[in-house]
Amino acid sequence: MATSETPTGNGVNVQALLDARAALVDAPEAAEFTWRATNQWQHGVHSRSTIDGYFGLGADHQHRSSWEFDADHPLVFAAEDNGPTPVEFVLVGLASCLTAGVAAVAQNRGIKLNSVKATIEGDMSILGILGADPDVRNGFNAIRVKYDIDADASGEDIEALVAQSQKRSAVFDVIANPTNVTVEVN
Amino acid sequence: MRTSTVVIGAGHAGLAVSALLGERGIDHVVLERGEVANAWRTQRWDGLRLLTPNWLNRLPGLAYDGDDPDGFMTMPEVVGFIDRYAAAVGAPVRTGTTVTDVRAVDGGYRVTTDQGTWDAPTVMLASGAFNLPHPPAVAADVPASVETISPLDYRRPDRLPEGGVLVVGASATGIQLADEIHRSGRPVTLAVGEHVRMPRTYRGRDVMWWMLETGVLDERHDEIDDLVRGRNVPSPQLVGTPDRSTLDLNALTDQGIELVGRLGMVRDGVALFSGSLRNVCALADLKQARLLDRFDEWARETGVDGEVEAPHRPGPTRVPDGPRLSLDLRSGEIRTVVWATGFRPDYGWLQVPVLDRKGRLRHEGGVVTDAPGLYAIGLNLLRRRKSSFIHGAEDDARELTDHLAAHLGA
Repeated sequence: MATSETPTGNGVNVQALLDARAALVDAPEAAEFTWRATNQWQHGVHSRSTIDGYFGLGADHQHRSSWEFDADHPLVFAAEDNGPTPVEFVLVGLASCLTAGVAAVAQNRGIKLNSVKATIEGDMSILGILGADPDVRNGFNAIRVKYDIDADASGEDIEALVAQSQKRSAVFDVIANPTNVTVEVN
Repeated sequence: MRTSTVVIGAGHAGLAVSALLGERGIDHVVLERGEVANAWRTQRWDGLRLLTPNWLNRLPGLAYDGDDPDGFMTMPEVVGFIDRYAAAVGAPVRTGTTVTDVRAVDGGYRVTTDQGTWDAPTVMLASGAFNLPHPPAVAADVPASVETISPLDYRRPDRLPEGGVLVVGASATGIQLADEIHRSGRPVTLAVGEHVRMPRTYRGRDVMWWMLETGVLDERHDEIDDLVRGRNVPSPQLVGTPDRSTLDLNALTDQGIELVGRLGMVRDGVALFSGSLRNVCALADLKQARLLDRFDEWARETGVDGEVEAPHRPGPTRVPDGPRLSLDLRSGEIRTVVWATGFRPDYGWLQVPVLDRKGRLRHEGGVVTDAPGLYAIGLNLLRRRKSSFIHGAEDDARELTDHLAAHLGA
C-alpha cells in the first residue's frame, strides 16, 4: 500500500491490519487470542450472555462497553421468545464475519463498496435435538448465505471478494470444520 | 404348499420358535436360504467369539452342558450348538431355500421361495437383525485408492492391505476389529462416536451375570422410556476371550491405537472428525458408573455383597488433549476403512406394507403392526433388552408363539 489513508472509503484500516501481520509473524505468542463470554441462565430456556473483555497481544482488554445478549427459543417451542434462538446467533456470527471480510478484502483491493447485504439461512430437522431419530444430526444440515453487493467492481471481482472472505473467515472455519470442544463443571 | 406357520430363518431364534410350535403341535416349516445358523457360519470374522459366557447360552430345551461355563464360544462352537439344537428339537428345516417374496393373501400370507410356494395364516420373521452393513452416507466420499470393508465381509487382518486402517465405530465390533487389526501390525485409528463402556468382569463376576441378576437384561420394551434410543444403543464394548479381559478405549490406547472423534464428513479426500470425543467418552464413563452403582445397590439390598469382591471403579477414559480432527485419506497413511457402524435387517423380499419410512419394521414387541398373523423375533430390544442375545430368544419365542397360537385358534 502506498498510503495509510483509506482511499476507497470502506472504513477498514487495512494498513493497521497489514502492520499487525508483519509484527506478529515474529511474535507469534502475541497473536494468541482468547475470546470470552459468560452466560447466565434466566428462566425456562432463556439465558443472557455478557461479553466485555478478551485476551490478546499478551494482555487482557476490555471492549468499549459491556454487551448483553438474550437468547431464548420461540413460542412454537413452548418457550417465551425473549431473544433469538442460539442457532440464530450462529448465523449472525457467520454473516458478520463474512461481511467484515468482504469489507476488509475490498479495502485491500481498492474496491469501493456502496452496499453489502447478506441473507443467511440454516436448515435443520428438529428430529435430531428431540432425540426422535438417531440418524438426524442436531445441527444445521445446510447453511446458505446470499450476498447482494453494489461495488465499483466487476461481477468477477465481487465474486472473488466473497470467496476470499470465506477463505479468511474465522466463523466460516468454525462451522465448516471440526473443533475440539471441552465442557466441564466447576 | 400349505402350513400353519412359516418361520423364515433357521438361526437360534427361528429354531427356538420352531421348538415351541412343535411342542404345541402347530404344523410349520422353517425356511433357510443356506444352512442352519447360516449367518454364524458365513458372515462372521474368524476370531469372533460370543459376548455372552457359555453358562448363559441356552435355548428352549437345551442348556450349555460343556466343561467351560465361563468361556466364550467361537463361531464353529456356536454353529455346533445351534446345529445340535436343530437336531434335538427335530425342526422341520428346509435348507437351501431362499425366500424371494412375502405378501398378504386371503387368509394369511404367501411365501414364495426359489424352491416353491407356501401359504400360511401366520409367518414368523426370524431372518436376523444384522443382514446388511450400515455404512454412513459419507462412505460414498472415501477416495477410491482406499479399500473399504464391512464386518460382514471381513475375516482376518492379513487379508487387508498392509498399512494403516481407519476403523469407524467403537461398539463391540469396532473395538474388537481395531484390537486384532492393530495387533497384526497395521496401525489403527479408531473413530469414536457414542458408545457403551462395560467391564468384562466386575467384583469377580462376569458383567452378564450382573446384567442378568439385577434384571437389566429383562427390562421390557414397554417399560423403557425411550424405545427409539434403546433400540439404537450401540452394542457394549465387550469381547469374549479366554482370559476374560476388558477391552475398552484405554486398553486400545495402551496398544498405541489412536482415538479420534466421530467421522463427520469426507471432504476432498480428507476425513473430518467431530470435536466431541471428550464428551462421548465422558457420557460413556458416567453411564458405566450408573450401571455399576445399580449393581452395587442391588448387591447391598440382596445380601450378595459378602459373596462377591469389593466394589471398584475403572479409571476414566483417557482422551488425548487435542485429538486429530482431520486425516488425509489420499496420503497413503490409511489403506483401509472398516465400517463398524452397525447393521440393518434386510426386508427386500417383504411385500407387506409394514415398514416405516426408514425401512424399520413397525411392531409391538414382535407383533407386527396392522398385519395379523405376522410376527418378528431376534431384533434388538424386540421385547426385552436380552432379545438380541441367544438366551433372549426363549421368553420372546414363548410369548410370541402364545400370541400366534391364539391367532390361529381365533
